[in-house]
Amino acid sequence: MRKQPVALILAGGQGRRLGLLTDEIAKPAIPFGGKYRIIDFSLSNCVNSGIHNVGVLTQYRPHLLSRHIGIGRPWDLDRKGGGVTILPPFTGMQASDWYTGTANAVFQNTEFVDDFNPELVVILSGDHVYGMDYNEMIDYHLSKGAKGTIVCMRVPLSESRRFGMVVTDFENRVIDFQEKPEKPRSDLASLGIYVFDWDFLKERLLLDEEDPNSDNDFGKNVLPRIVEEEAGDLFSFVFDGYWRDVGTLLSYWKANLELVRPIPPLNLHDPSWKYYTQTQEYPPAFVGTDSSVRSSLINEGSEISGTVENSVVFQGVKIRKGAVVKDSVLMSDTVIEQDAYIEKAIIGERTKIGEGTRIGSGEPKSHKLAPDVYSYGLAVIGSDAVVPRGITIGKNVSIGNRCRKEDFEGDVDSGEAVLKK
Amino acid sequence: MKILGLILAWERGKDLVNLTKVRASSALPVFGKYRVIDFALTNMVNAGISKIGIITQYNPRSLMDHLGSGKEWDLDRKTGGLFILQPYFSLENRSMGYAGTADSVFQNMTLFKRGNEDHVLIGSGDHVFRIDYNELFRNHLETGADMTIMTTVVEESDLAEGDWTVDTTSSGRVTGWKEYCPDKTVADSGKSTRTIPLGVYFINKYLLKELLYANVPEGKNDLIRDIFIPCSSSISVHEHRFKGYWRDLQTGINLYYKTNMEALQDEVRAELFYKHGTVYTKLKDLPPPKIANTAQIKNSIIADGSIISGKVENSLLFRNTRVFAGAVVKNSVVLESTVIEEGAVVENAVLDKNAIVRSGRTLQGKPSKPASIEKHGVV
Repeated sequence: MRKQPVALILAGGQGRRLGLLTDEIAKPAIPFGGKYRIIDFSLSNCVNSGIHNVGVLTQYRPHLLSRHIGIGRPWDLDRKGGGVTILPPFTGMQASDWYTGTANAVFQNTEFVDDFNPELVVILSGDHVYGMDYNEMIDYHLSKGAKGTIVCMRVPLSESRRFGMVVTDFENRVIDFQEKPEKPRSDLASLGIYVFDWDFLKERLLLDEEDPNSDNDFGKNVLPRIVEEEAGDLFSFVFDGYWRDVGTLLSYWKANLELVRPIPPLNLHDPSWKYYTQTQEYPPAFVGTDSSVRSSLINEGSEISGTVENSVVFQGVKIRKGAVVKDSVLMSDTVIEQDAYIEKAIIGERTKIGEGTRIGSGEPKSHKLAPDVYSYGLAVIGSDAVVPRGITIGKNVSIGNRCRKEDFEGDVDSGEAVLKK
Repeated sequence: MKILGLILAWERGKDLVNLTKVRASSALPVFGKYRVIDFALTNMVNAGISKIGIITQYNPRSLMDHLGSGKEWDLDRKTGGLFILQPYFSLENRSMGYAGTADSVFQNMTLFKRGNEDHVLIGSGDHVFRIDYNELFRNHLETGADMTIMTTVVEESDLAEGDWTVDTTSSGRVTGWKEYCPDKTVADSGKSTRTIPLGVYFINKYLLKELLYANVPEGKNDLIRDIFIPCSSSISVHEHRFKGYWRDLQTGINLYYKTNMEALQDEVRAELFYKHGTVYTKLKDLPPPKIANTAQIKNSIIADGSIISGKVENSLLFRNTRVFAGAVVKNSVVLESTVIEEGAVVENAVLDKNAIVRSGRTLQGKPSKPASIEKHGVV
């Protein structure tokens, strides 16, 4: 029997374009889909694919992530041999180093992988929401006799500027890379998911470390150099299932709201491919007498007395009488007081919206601090904030984590930012 | 004070019809995602009891499945934790099975002999209530009683012939136990409430051991009738009056239905789920409930994994239920994984797990007498 591969999940990403959602937590720890966090999808894919040796490489603000993963019990990864191990950067005898890039992060954990003595390693990103049976790419890797396999997805050519593009020959062998090209020569975008022969990868990582000019990144350095030096065959495996980058506030918001469609692209109800998470214990959801709920996910512990339409409501959310929530994502334990009106908003955990406050009204204006982050007409409100009663909040607005009453000066116009004083 | 918890979960209950065909009354599903025994367990665990024995007998399969290693209640421990106590067959004991409440505890004496607990808290697995037991423990120490029993006051109309009632003094001493016998003259005279014991007994372990050894081998098998009543002159029994929400689901399907429906009231949910902290239960990894755009939901509890496209009013939908578009569910309790197909109508009903109401069919009961379908049943 084949030795089990080791999976390494890169979970150190900041996710800068998610704005204040990642001010205090790493992107993989961001809540998604009513009760999950983004990393749950990679972890669940691992166990559903029968991979039980998993390392999670953390760096940026790892506390919540570490607490969420714990000893891995929700994913059945609390095991006598293997299971899940959290791998933060560490100091050694000589060097003390942060992870300088994706390849360096793996390189620094060579000993962790070696302990399992695997034939294959699977490199995954904890930043994405997707459902994938890793056995398919592993079988493909083996059948091709590849040294490394890169999972790609076909994207519209206009999107190529956001991805590392992979150019292949007729056999799917990788012959070139283009990093975020203006003029792509291929429609295959790399998803940052790889399978490697471990011995081969170890060798290549060592070479990469010796190169002082390298950024120690898989997509930018390690993979192009393998192709350049014809060191071994890389193949591209084309994935055509559900995969979302959720790297911007718009894509995050869209991916959440997609789940409420009659036939959603990601089936959370599939009994043969379950997604596991650290579940908080709450009583079941309650919908009151004067309320109306349509096209939405609601959740355990939520008590809904108002109106909810086309929204994702996380655990423990209270929506009081007369309040209206439309096209929004409300994270765990938020409270929407009476007669508040909320449209196109993302609201962080444990935040309170005061009575009669309106969010998402008026004409959109570009955000005054970070127009590339806060746009698309969304109002984004951080966690543990208290939004005062009776005010009006516009579009493209950001309200920082833990903002209190005193941080507000009346209404918040479109494009404004409220910061914690 | 070190306390051993014992939960009697071996009975079938009375008029629970189909519901207890496949499970002990302690394993009855309630309030969308729980089993009744979760309340007894959570109450004990929250009071700091970390060694709990569950006495089982009648069809325990689903109960065992639910309890597992006790992890959800933090009872998977190196010392103490969860003990499942099954009836057994041995050289001395050829009867196989428990002859009564006292006998069921007596047959599991080994748990008493091992361990350093000095008190025992006995409870019942099929009662719904939340309590901070620390108040009862304090009360027990303050009164200096040999045994403290939990009591509550109920309307006489809620009692059936043969139910136990107790007489108490103003200082809380229990002076007598009586079986209720409807007395028209008393009822008419306006005295319409009675104090009843709730099946929760707190007693010194060694004293209980003595009482059991002195009586059970002589064929005295019932805790109240054969032990507490005959010994009432030699041990002092005090009551701990419980004033909150309390239901004994052993009583029958009508009360089972009514109790579930009561969880739609804000005050009941507040008391059961929030006032004394969360109730722990077996976790299942189910996605959030999905409400389609054709759905209309009023005053209902919706548990995880459900997909609702139809009309739901004053009902409890347990985990993984499906209500298709055009279906109507009113005043009903719909257990896990049950499906109500397009255009079907369900009113005043209790639908057990994995049942199906076929498209266009109607199932209607009365509020006083709900209709029911058994597990895997099809209408």
